[in-house]
Amino acid sequence: MTIKRQGLVSALAASLLALTASNAMAFKVFVSNEKENTISVIDSETLAVVHTIKTGNRPRGIILANEGKWVIVCASDDHKMQVFDTSTFEFVKDLPSGPDPELPILHTSGNPLYVSNEDDNLVTVVDIFKGTIITDVPVGVEPEGMGMSPDGKILVNTSETTNMAHFIDAQTFKSIDNILVDNRPRVAEFTADGSQVWVSAEIGGTVTVIETATRKVLGKVTFEIQGITKDAIQPVGVRITKDGKKAFVALGPANRVAVVDVATRKVEKYLLVGQRVWNLGFTPDEKLLFTTNGTSNDVSVIEVAAEKVTKSIKVGRYPWGVVVAP
Amino acid sequence: MNVSTGPAYRPARSVLCRPHAPYPRGFSFIAAAFLLLAAPLPVRAQEGAPEAPAAPSAAPAAPAAPPAAEAAASDPAALKIRILMARELREDRLPPLSLLDIPPPDDGVAGAKLAISDNNTTGRFLKQEFTLDIVQAATPAELVAEVVKRVDEGIAYVVADASAGTLLQLSDALKDKDAVVFNASAPDEALREEQCRVNIKHTAPSRSMLTDALGQYLAWKQWRKWVLVVGPAPEDKLYADAVRRTAKRFGHKIVEERSFAYDPGSRRSDGGFEQIQQQIPSFMQGLPEHDVVVVADEGELFGEYFPYRTWISRPVVGTAGLFATPWHPAIELWGGTQFQNRFKRLAGRTMRSLDYNVWEAVRSVGEAATRKNSADPKVLIPYMRSPEFELAAFKGQKVTYRAWNGQLRQPVVLATAKILVTVSPQPGFLHQTTELDTLGVDQPETKCTAFKK
Repeated sequence: MTIKRQGLVSALAASLLALTASNAMAFKVFVSNEKENTISVIDSETLAVVHTIKTGNRPRGIILANEGKWVIVCASDDHKMQVFDTSTFEFVKDLPSGPDPELPILHTSGNPLYVSNEDDNLVTVVDIFKGTIITDVPVGVEPEGMGMSPDGKILVNTSETTNMAHFIDAQTFKSIDNILVDNRPRVAEFTADGSQVWVSAEIGGTVTVIETATRKVLGKVTFEIQGITKDAIQPVGVRITKDGKKAFVALGPANRVAVVDVATRKVEKYLLVGQRVWNLGFTPDEKLLFTTNGTSNDVSVIEVAAEKVTKSIKVGRYPWGVVVAP
Repeated sequence: MNVSTGPAYRPARSVLCRPHAPYPRGFSFIAAAFLLLAAPLPVRAQEGAPEAPAAPSAAPAAPAAPPAAEAAASDPAALKIRILMARELREDRLPPLSLLDIPPPDDGVAGAKLAISDNNTTGRFLKQEFTLDIVQAATPAELVAEVVKRVDEGIAYVVADASAGTLLQLSDALKDKDAVVFNASAPDEALREEQCRVNIKHTAPSRSMLTDALGQYLAWKQWRKWVLVVGPAPEDKLYADAVRRTAKRFGHKIVEERSFAYDPGSRRSDGGFEQIQQQIPSFMQGLPEHDVVVVADEGELFGEYFPYRTWISRPVVGTAGLFATPWHPAIELWGGTQFQNRFKRLAGRTMRSLDYNVWEAVRSVGEAATRKNSADPKVLIPYMRSPEFELAAFKGQKVTYRAWNGQLRQPVVLATAKILVTVSPQPGFLHQTTELDTLGVDQPETKCTAFKK
């Protein structure tokens, strides 16, 4: 049903999109397909899959590095990360990661990389150019979400079973604070000005907003969708626009992305996407937002300004993470 | 037909304790070493063989274990939270049909250990320290006496792997104390219904939750006509009751019921299949048209003989074939892989349902202590009873306790011995509060009144 409705929407929007897309830059959208061991590459202008990269086992967290020249993906079951060239899609090298890497994030300076080791209660710090492990930091049970403050000073890691956001000094790796959030925190996202961190709780069904300076909980975003039980509302991916106005929150099996007003922390709109939506990625110009829909094997395309879903693109099996390269 | 009437049937293993996978080599050594660490008990043979009868209940002193030191470096400033695991040793249970299914000696205990370790990882950040004590006894009176002693020493949280009768004795003995008992193994409906107790919480799913999970899937498959084969043990009859209730609830038809009398005789023998291959098909002759065979054999005495041996080709479900379970060692979804791996590293084997149920109980206490930043049973027990309490338990959604009878509501897995087949509630089974309440006895029909005060 979802697909059909999207089909209609996309049919209606196709001409509109063609107009807007023609003067937009074409970006490359990289989607990791957890069960297929591939990365689907989508052209942001044609919205078609242009290439498929073979990866190691269980590709999950995916980011850009080396000034956009590399895409780094966690091959979780191979206990390593892999680097691919964003223009040629060729394999560049492996990076060490510690066991079961899930989500990586880069320091704002471009190096080092911090990656959560879901199976080992650690965050591993990796020099991406030397390909060496600098250190590892013990955190809570099942570390997952990784957030980096825009000033490069604070790393926030969430632990899914400890239910905390761990604030870690990005240079000394010393713990600054541990903030209790709701059950099974998945993603930590800083606002562009660094003043707040938004932490989604998949089982708790909320997003906790924490003030970076004081580590006080400013409030929680809650969700309510008519016809969907509370249990199915499971926030995972969070992306906030650079102007700090809108947050987009992926709600898992509720098959919706919530559009949230950052100032009031109130949901303004729910956008119907594919099934079990987990992660989100903006184009660099923030015109489009891509969502990974795990169970329906597709990516939904959201027009950010219009707050509309305009297309769904079939990718590999169980799409997990997404990042967009210039 | 195929067997003579044997001796009186002995209490069967709960369906929840059913094992699914072989142990890795070298397991017994690891387990033995662990048991020594965790609970320096009088050494008892536990792998299947019946043990010598324990001391009569009049002499309660000896058999229980002293508290096991869990936390390595104790922080004097930390809040100390002690959890007690109470195991009723049921040596009269028969060994299972399959060599793969022999329960490990630390069944359940390993789940407690993992939850204690998970609690402590979080506790490290909150200055909370969780420790596990274990008592085990072969008679209910002995077990109850040991638990009461520990509760009087200040342990408020008791996780029980015990029969329904023992649980009730335990509950009554702790009635006026600040303590809560988690039932991690008994599926009996009566414990949640007529005999419900405010101081018992059930992490083990009830029989009706298990059969409803199965019934919903069979409805989804449109496999509506069932033949029910019931074993002779009292538990089999209770399971059959739950099957009948489920059939009615979801519009299935039990076209015929047959009682299967069976004398297990010697479990390990050099031969057997030759006769079973003849016996099962002939037992299954002359049945009306049916879609599935539902086997009620909680003790796992004969159920596994049915798949591939029925007279006509029909799938076997129930306690054998496709079965309902709270946990399965092959679950990978909902972050299960990491959870399974953590368990395997700790226990040297795969996680069984009893381990999982115990883990949920010990984690419930941990979660309450985290949220309330307290060790006080006067704070934590009411909190666990409140609608605010929720637990993430690798089930894809939060699990919570039913306010009217203390049952943990949770998705139920349907699986074969090797792999998950589906998860209930099935799509389309709707509920005004939570779809999880389509599994088992729901609030409007409950006979439990103890929670109404």
